[in-house]
Amino acid sequence: MGDKKLDDQIAEYALRLGDDALVFGQRLCEWCADAPTLEEDIAISNVGLDYLGRARMALQYAGKTLGRTEDELAFLRDSGEFRNLLLVELPRGDFAFSMVRQYLLDEFELLFFTQLCGSKDDTLGAIAAKTVKEVRYHQRRSANWMQRLGLGTQESQARTQAAIDQLWGYMPELFEMDELETSLLQAGIAVDRLELHSKWLNTVTAQLASANLQIPQIDWQVVGGRKGVHTEHLGHMLGEMQFLQRAYPGLQW
Amino acid sequence: MAEANDLEQVFENKIDAEEKIEPKDWMPEGYRKNLIRQMSQHAHSEVIGMQPEGNWLTRAPTLERKSVLLAKIQDEAGHGLYLYSATETLGITREEIVQALHDGRAKYASIFNYPSLTWADIGAIGWLVDGAAIVNQVALQRTSYGPYARAMVRICKEESFHQRQGYESIAVLARGSAQQKAMAQDALNRWWWPSLMMFGPHDADSAHSAQSMLWKIKRKSNDELRQSFVDQTVSQAEIIDLEIPDPDLKWNEQRQHFDFGEIDWDEFKQVINGNGLCNRERLAQHKKAHANGAWVRDAVAAYVKGKTGESGE
Ligand SMILES: [Fe+2]
Ligand SMILES: [Fe+2]
Repeated sequence: MGDKKLDDQIAEYALRLGDDALVFGQRLCEWCADAPTLEEDIAISNVGLDYLGRARMALQYAGKTLGRTEDELAFLRDSGEFRNLLLVELPRGDFAFSMVRQYLLDEFELLFFTQLCGSKDDTLGAIAAKTVKEVRYHQRRSANWMQRLGLGTQESQARTQAAIDQLWGYMPELFEMDELETSLLQAGIAVDRLELHSKWLNTVTAQLASANLQIPQIDWQVVGGRKGVHTEHLGHMLGEMQFLQRAYPGLQW
Repeated sequence: MAEANDLEQVFENKIDAEEKIEPKDWMPEGYRKNLIRQMSQHAHSEVIGMQPEGNWLTRAPTLERKSVLLAKIQDEAGHGLYLYSATETLGITREEIVQALHDGRAKYASIFNYPSLTWADIGAIGWLVDGAAIVNQVALQRTSYGPYARAMVRICKEESFHQRQGYESIAVLARGSAQQKAMAQDALNRWWWPSLMMFGPHDADSAHSAQSMLWKIKRKSNDELRQSFVDQTVSQAEIIDLEIPDPDLKWNEQRQHFDFGEIDWDEFKQVINGNGLCNRERLAQHKKAHANGAWVRDAVAAYVKGKTGESGE
């Protein structure tokens, strides 16, 4: 039965959330055996596993309507078909860059998925409920790192501030509402991203200020991921991630 | 205070009675040194072993395999951490233990100097390398040093999970397309002999073995352990229709064990002595991560110092 148009919209929405989680999870994998301490290697893996789990749930859900499996969606689409935020596809950078990105995203996701818990779509609501629990832990950890890095040494403060400056122009995309999300918002299914902005900004500004870090005054911003217009980095990531499925098509692994 | 001889007698009695030696107990310096050598080597092996598997993490063929592999590598990091802590109970710091690795004074399992070249290697490593590690570690659950024995009990549970996952993963390839099956066989060909080498030289040629057996640090000899591994693995290969690359492998009715061919000990020595494909990369990667992380560790130390300074403690 169902509303075909609505189902398609929900699938597209789930695809966005799935792609955000998948691409970010893949970036976290790049820290394996490369973290500053063994403890941190384990912690990053923990977070990475959460993102991969979330990606699978969201892509499975999107795939139901789209008629594709999670792996077909992950491994057989080219970059123009990916719908993730640009923020998550940027190369992992140094530990400060990765941790600032994590922090800014965690604060956003905490608000976003708390809202999404109330979605009229049961599956999205269930994914959100599971995700919120995970994100609470992520946020505690990354906020803690902002303190340690911001109030640590001169070098750690400088690296962390530089990362904030580099990442800030990718933040507006997190709060962008397009036609699809506006329509799903009206249906009680999607989250109003715009509404989250001031709360997010206040929290982030205060947290960073308490760690001797500032929100930069910048005059640039980059968007495009939701429309499939990406940075050059995504193609390279996919080249690596999709290698086996592309080189040996149609097999079970 | 008891005389040195009495202390030694107490120690010997405990060993004889199968009681565990605990960190606060007196122990001969040789025992301590031997344990530090073996336990830190074991810890380093867990950590360096993350690299050949991590090599396929970003290229895993499905999201499920990627998650399973990430969780597996995370377990290995946990084993490393747990073993470093257990080693620290012997009065050495983690910095010193890691420094010894970087200086080349401490070793890690030489098998990780082999490259992981295809996805099938991930299955082969879980099946064979974790499989061999389990045989070793099950015996070590009865080792005489308490913290080491307890670490092994905890670690063995996870290792057997890894072994089953690895076997299942390579079994899928062995049942798959002709290319996948060839990939699986090739991985077995490359990892089989290095897995047998993991148990070390023959008992007669093993530098530390005799004393370690007396102290009950080691509970079974290299050759005994190797034999158990071969015995348990042959039928596993048969079930998935892969061929173990050893023409001399055959069941010996009289011994009730498999006979197998002689290991290429020259290759063993070559790889241990630096001539494996990945010796330099493995160590260089560990040093690089450590060096790149120095500013982060410094920041944490400075932060903690600032905090405690603030509260006036
Ligand atoms: Fe392990
Ligand atoms: Fe393992």
